[in-house]
Amino acid sequence: MDFLVTNSPALIVALPLLAAFAIPLVNRAGPRVRDIFSLVIFSLIAFFVAILAVDIHSVGIHVYTFGATAAELALPGGYMVPVRIMFEVDGMSIFMGIIVTTVTLAALIYSLHFMKGQTGQARFYSLMMLLYAGMMGLAFTGDMFNLFVFLEIASIAGAALAAYRTNKADAIEGGFKYIVISAVSALLVLFAIGILYAQYNVLSIAALAYYMQYTPLDMIALGLLAGALVMKLAGVPLHMWAPDTYTVAPAGTTPMILAASYISMYALYRVTFTLYGGLINTTAIGWVVIIVGVLSMFVGVMMAVHQTDIKRMMAYHAISQGGYMLLGVGVCLAVITDPVALASYGRDAMNGGVFHIINHVFYKALLFMTAEAIFFRIGTRDTNKMGGLARNMKWTAGFYIIGALAISGIPPFNGFASKLLIYESVLKFSPVLSVIAMFVSLVTLASFAKVFYSAFTGPPMPAYKEVKEVPKSMIIGMSILAVLIIFFGLFPGLIVDTIVAPATNALIDQAPYINAVMGAVP
Amino acid sequence: MMEHIPLNFPFLAAALLAGVAFYIIIFKRNLIKLIMGIAMLASAVNLFLVALGYRAGGNAPIYTDVPPGPMVLPVPQALTLTSIVINVAVLALMLTMVVHIYRHTGDIDSEKSRKLKG
Repeated sequence: MDFLVTNSPALIVALPLLAAFAIPLVNRAGPRVRDIFSLVIFSLIAFFVAILAVDIHSVGIHVYTFGATAAELALPGGYMVPVRIMFEVDGMSIFMGIIVTTVTLAALIYSLHFMKGQTGQARFYSLMMLLYAGMMGLAFTGDMFNLFVFLEIASIAGAALAAYRTNKADAIEGGFKYIVISAVSALLVLFAIGILYAQYNVLSIAALAYYMQYTPLDMIALGLLAGALVMKLAGVPLHMWAPDTYTVAPAGTTPMILAASYISMYALYRVTFTLYGGLINTTAIGWVVIIVGVLSMFVGVMMAVHQTDIKRMMAYHAISQGGYMLLGVGVCLAVITDPVALASYGRDAMNGGVFHIINHVFYKALLFMTAEAIFFRIGTRDTNKMGGLARNMKWTAGFYIIGALAISGIPPFNGFASKLLIYESVLKFSPVLSVIAMFVSLVTLASFAKVFYSAFTGPPMPAYKEVKEVPKSMIIGMSILAVLIIFFGLFPGLIVDTIVAPATNALIDQAPYINAVMGAVP
Repeated sequence: MMEHIPLNFPFLAAALLAGVAFYIIIFKRNLIKLIMGIAMLASAVNLFLVALGYRAGGNAPIYTDVPPGPMVLPVPQALTLTSIVINVAVLALMLTMVVHIYRHTGDIDSEKSRKLKG
């Protein structure tokens, strides 16, 4: 068991990578064998994530050094700087790991029936595993260069999945936009890594943070990194790719591409809090984050209201909800140097912003899945052509209501818990921002209610008389997320204490992250 | 000042390449040209990394039969190789997508082949 816990960071990334290339081979034994193989491998990975999470909760940061005699040996004898490739998993990394793993598990189960009868399924599951490996690597890496490598792995797999339906022109277009944006942002990240390496001759994030001088060159690097990562996480004004890509991606993968955006958000937090922590002008940077957040919230929701494509509407809401996370974290960043304000509301704002990531990924994944369930049965995403579907698709309608109430911040669903944290803490910082956040929530509710009425209620449409409920595996995939949404909404205190607070502590205090690699040097 | 120019020259070339690449990526509407712009940006970054690894008077870090004197650290070269491999994959994927776009719409102009708006 100890052996498994020690090596789990490497196994969590290596297993899906190997599985990705094994799946086309296994596929030769038949689609059923392939489905079972994917599920078994993924359950094994989820088990590793679970034991790693438990261990991090009780012990603390995990450092995994590749090729060292002992996994914890970050500095081999006689070396002043870490020279080996390493993974460093702290509270925030494993928090992202839990999100990605849960969503991928639900998406995988959902896809089993959804993909049935389509061509190229072996490659579909391969790409899914590859995207998962890229995201987990990005969350776990302790090394700037591997950040770039995993960013590219996730981008390539994500773009190929978004363009999976190559028989449709819009799918190709959405995938192409995603790969262009990802390629440019990844190259900017690599350029910034080059600038950092030129000055400090190290690539490990902990060592870079330890030696960081914050010279003008470092400021350029920060600008490049922040610009590239905001582009990847679809923050306004660099959001234009997100609605196109989210809309066209096949069902199970839209939640995964959404999670990939929040992994980029994690990378942004890792850079601003850990790499540059304590050196940057936090008030100015905090306000930049707040402004990007408020703009995303407002522009996203205003663009969403008039959409007639159900997934496109949800995609704009995803941009808008991303704004809440940036708002909460930005408020904490703006007051991080002021201990009184940090204790009174800064930490709560941060908790809210981070908690909102997991809540949003879960309910937005559920909503995307219901939208694709409708598409699966009636073949259109246009809300004007839908009507009376609740009669035939009771489960889907129920899941849609759960997701819609959660995204609008109605108790007892999980969106309420994190939004309340954000409202309360932001109110103490600046009441105007809090009012804007509440207003955006109201518009969100209105827009989801509108789609609910046009799609699910009303007289039965003759064209959809024969429409049946979606197959079991799709219902199971959606119910995993629905159960979690209700559970998080009923016990928000438990979730905040066990997984959210360690994550925010890991970001606010950078010292443990650095010391885990560099030793406790003053 | 003059003696620094040869050493700085690769950095200037990288900056120039990146500038031209950004011009192409932002202003050109032909998708193939857009991909060429991204390839140029990748070359600029690779040139920058290789130039970082250059040390005047250093030896290649090949341990057998090495002449006396300092050896250079091969990390930037390793990074460049990795980055080249990754960029090949990205460019190949982008080109296949453009082929598909051309098949569907008969055009590779980004304004004319566009379907998703608003």
